[in-house]
Amino acid sequence: MYVAVKGGETAIRNAHRLLAERRRGDRSVPALTVDQILEQLTLAVDRVMSEGSLYDRRLAALAIKQARGDLIEAIFLVRAYRTTLPRFGASLPIETSRMLVERRISATFKDLPGGQLLGPTFDYTHRLLDPDLAEDREPEPAETADPPEDRAIPRVTDLLGRDGLIEPDGGATEEAPGDLTRGPLAFPAGRDLRLQALARGDEGFLLALGYSTQRGYARTHPFAAEIRLGEVAIEIAVPGLDFPVAIGRIQVTECQMVNQFRGSAEAPPQFTRGYGLVFGHCERKAMAMALCDRALRARELGEDLTAPAQDEEFVLSHADNVQATGFVEHLKLPHYVDFQAELELLRRLRAEFDERRADDASDEREAAE
Amino acid sequence: MAPDALSGGFADPGRQSQAVFRALLDAMARPGTTARLGQGVRPPPPLNPAAGAVLATLADEDTPVFLDARLSAQGAVADWLGFHTGAPIVSDPAEAAFAAIADPEGMPPLAAFRLGSDEYPDRSTTLVLQVDGFGGPLPLVLAGPGIARAAELRPHPLPARFAEELRGNRALFPRGVDIVLAATDAIAALPRAVRLIDAGDLPCT
Amino acid sequence: MSAPAVPAAYNFAYLDEQTKRMIRRAILKAVAIPGYQVPFASREMPMPYGWGTGGVQVTAAIIGADDVLKVIDQGADDTTNAVSIRAFFAKTAGVATTTRTADATIIQTRHRIPETALKAGQILVFQVPIPEPLRFLEPRETETRTMHALEEYGLMHVKLYEDIARHGHIATTYAYPVKVEGRYVMDPSPIPKFDNPKLGDSPALQLFGAGREKRIYAIPPHTRVESLDFEDHPFEVQRFAEPCGLCGATGAYLDEVILDDRGNRLFVCSDTDFCEERRRAGHCGAKAAAMEPTS
Repeated sequence: MYVAVKGGETAIRNAHRLLAERRRGDRSVPALTVDQILEQLTLAVDRVMSEGSLYDRRLAALAIKQARGDLIEAIFLVRAYRTTLPRFGASLPIETSRMLVERRISATFKDLPGGQLLGPTFDYTHRLLDPDLAEDREPEPAETADPPEDRAIPRVTDLLGRDGLIEPDGGATEEAPGDLTRGPLAFPAGRDLRLQALARGDEGFLLALGYSTQRGYARTHPFAAEIRLGEVAIEIAVPGLDFPVAIGRIQVTECQMVNQFRGSAEAPPQFTRGYGLVFGHCERKAMAMALCDRALRARELGEDLTAPAQDEEFVLSHADNVQATGFVEHLKLPHYVDFQAELELLRRLRAEFDERRADDASDEREAAE
Repeated sequence: MAPDALSGGFADPGRQSQAVFRALLDAMARPGTTARLGQGVRPPPPLNPAAGAVLATLADEDTPVFLDARLSAQGAVADWLGFHTGAPIVSDPAEAAFAAIADPEGMPPLAAFRLGSDEYPDRSTTLVLQVDGFGGPLPLVLAGPGIARAAELRPHPLPARFAEELRGNRALFPRGVDIVLAATDAIAALPRAVRLIDAGDLPCT
Repeated sequence: MSAPAVPAAYNFAYLDEQTKRMIRRAILKAVAIPGYQVPFASREMPMPYGWGTGGVQVTAAIIGADDVLKVIDQGADDTTNAVSIRAFFAKTAGVATTTRTADATIIQTRHRIPETALKAGQILVFQVPIPEPLRFLEPRETETRTMHALEEYGLMHVKLYEDIARHGHIATTYAYPVKVEGRYVMDPSPIPKFDNPKLGDSPALQLFGAGREKRIYAIPPHTRVESLDFEDHPFEVQRFAEPCGLCGATGAYLDEVILDDRGNRLFVCSDTDFCEERRRAGHCGAKAAAMEPTS
């Protein structure tokens, strides 16, 4: 008995109810609150903010809850909300040398102005599962020193720059930075758009690409000159006022990679830069981003284009996990019509193939007789 | 800024701009037909209501607008557009996303506007050309996409050089400008793909 | 801490007015340059990329309160994604919806063109996954853009001819490339090539939206659209050996339904509205009596 697929609306409604049920889980276990996610799954929240391109911890936490912990789904929720927000303008460039630093390390100098500050890091933890956590035991309070107010810590790259050992940083231009969420991306893309695409890009994708550069696919000899995490002020220019107005603070992670030098007959040898900057505490992402940024500058720096990480179109077209997940998962949608078209052709080709075989066989018989 | 720059916009922007857009889409998809615009905007003269409605529907901060000498003679039109659309006004026609022309006789040649490139032919000017009406003595006989066989349009007044320039514009295809003709309450369009043919030279069916 | 700022109400048809303006400008340029893919700043929509975000943005930019919307996927009004998109517009725009092709002013579609001939004034909006017809021959946008600019389409003909050399047929059965008004080679979206002849000289306006790939293109009414072919291998469409089992239609595109594991199959119209209209008019297929669908 043929029963046409009907009742799509009911099926969808029921599926969504079941989804809500599964999200809630066992009702004898207290429901997870948004505050708990906000306070205790902070790195997940930071990743969702960073790849969701929206600095709002509470919405990111809500998205994680709604997505049952699926971070790409949560990023998608945040993006879909972000796109409905009005755009008031662009802030002034943030000044990370005036960051209220919570963590700051350099792999290039043992000691340096401002010092090294480990901060909240998994580094040097032994990765042993902790039974105390399983029992919800409260941790010992941590000892932290109050950071001196507005302590300017110079960036390692600025120190190198003072001696001219690293290429200049470009500096701010009059031109407003591009925004790939407001205009279609065209190639070749400027570094502003590339960095935006990388900052929004999937951590796993950038991690793999960055890793590939270390393994020889466009090796750039990177040194982590500095990784810093902390809060920076967001300032805007108000017409008629000759001083910037601070409208709030955000937490960011910045990574400055210093890479192999280059020079020419005219220019002295200098280190080159790779840059990573993301919302919140996303250190792995910031480092991978800096590696990819440097690899993508291959053309500008006159290097041979040999590896995927250097291929701007390839990297930028595939870095976005919301786009990628949508298109991969769209294969779930019905494709009966196209499949039928392929079936019809395949059957015809098979019939022709069999006919030819039969003809050949009869020809052979005739020849043999 | 003139005080009347603040008035005369769409009363219900979402609904009204959608209606104007659909009229435009229809006109652009069927060259030779005219589409009526309902009650819309009241721009300061010499910008006519249809041209004002088209600009209020399509122009914004991202679209530089060129105004011809007649429209820019007083600041009222620029002020009105600035307030209602936020569009920057430019004096170079080659920079314009939209160009409003109140004096077709004195307009710059079509080739002076932004024509797009072979790679990006869409990056070209849309002209909004004010006319008195579509009952002129000289027909433009049109063929091409959007037209079943041939269509006639009689916009007036237009300069004598217009037909020749339109042919020149077609020769650039896929580059070229697109033209919206705006009478007081009706519009028609001449997208770049349209061809001018001689009346006696209708294509065979 | 404040409550999450979740908006209670969205703008008409979801998109904000500025976004609509941007999309409308792109649509007008697309109509003016038939077959050319206009880049546009596609927005993130509350549905996944690849699931019709391009078509949804085009529909949202053109739809008005008086429109009557029909949404089909695979020709059917009741496939889940069609249901979902129709519900989206019913909710965000409050427009009337229909399943009848003849009653619709806007038809958003994935993978089919309705069997019922379209009329002047109707707009068909296609959801497009990969708008670039040359993409599978040359993955780089920078290259394909130049090929379109130079009207350099030799590669496409080479590909089609290689098919003939290997299989004796052009092995492209859907998303079959067309040339629009003698200029641009265009991907008609993954419609079966069966539907290609309906693209040309249609009284309706056809708009194509690719959200993830950020492109909009168009075929105005009464535009010349030719499916690429060769003199010795002219373009031809699929034919089905048997008529629709439910309505008896011949010359319609059919879905194959597997009835059991003993090789029994049923062929039925993919266009559900067409099939229902025919049955309502008294047409009856060979298997209609035994197979009356339960709904």
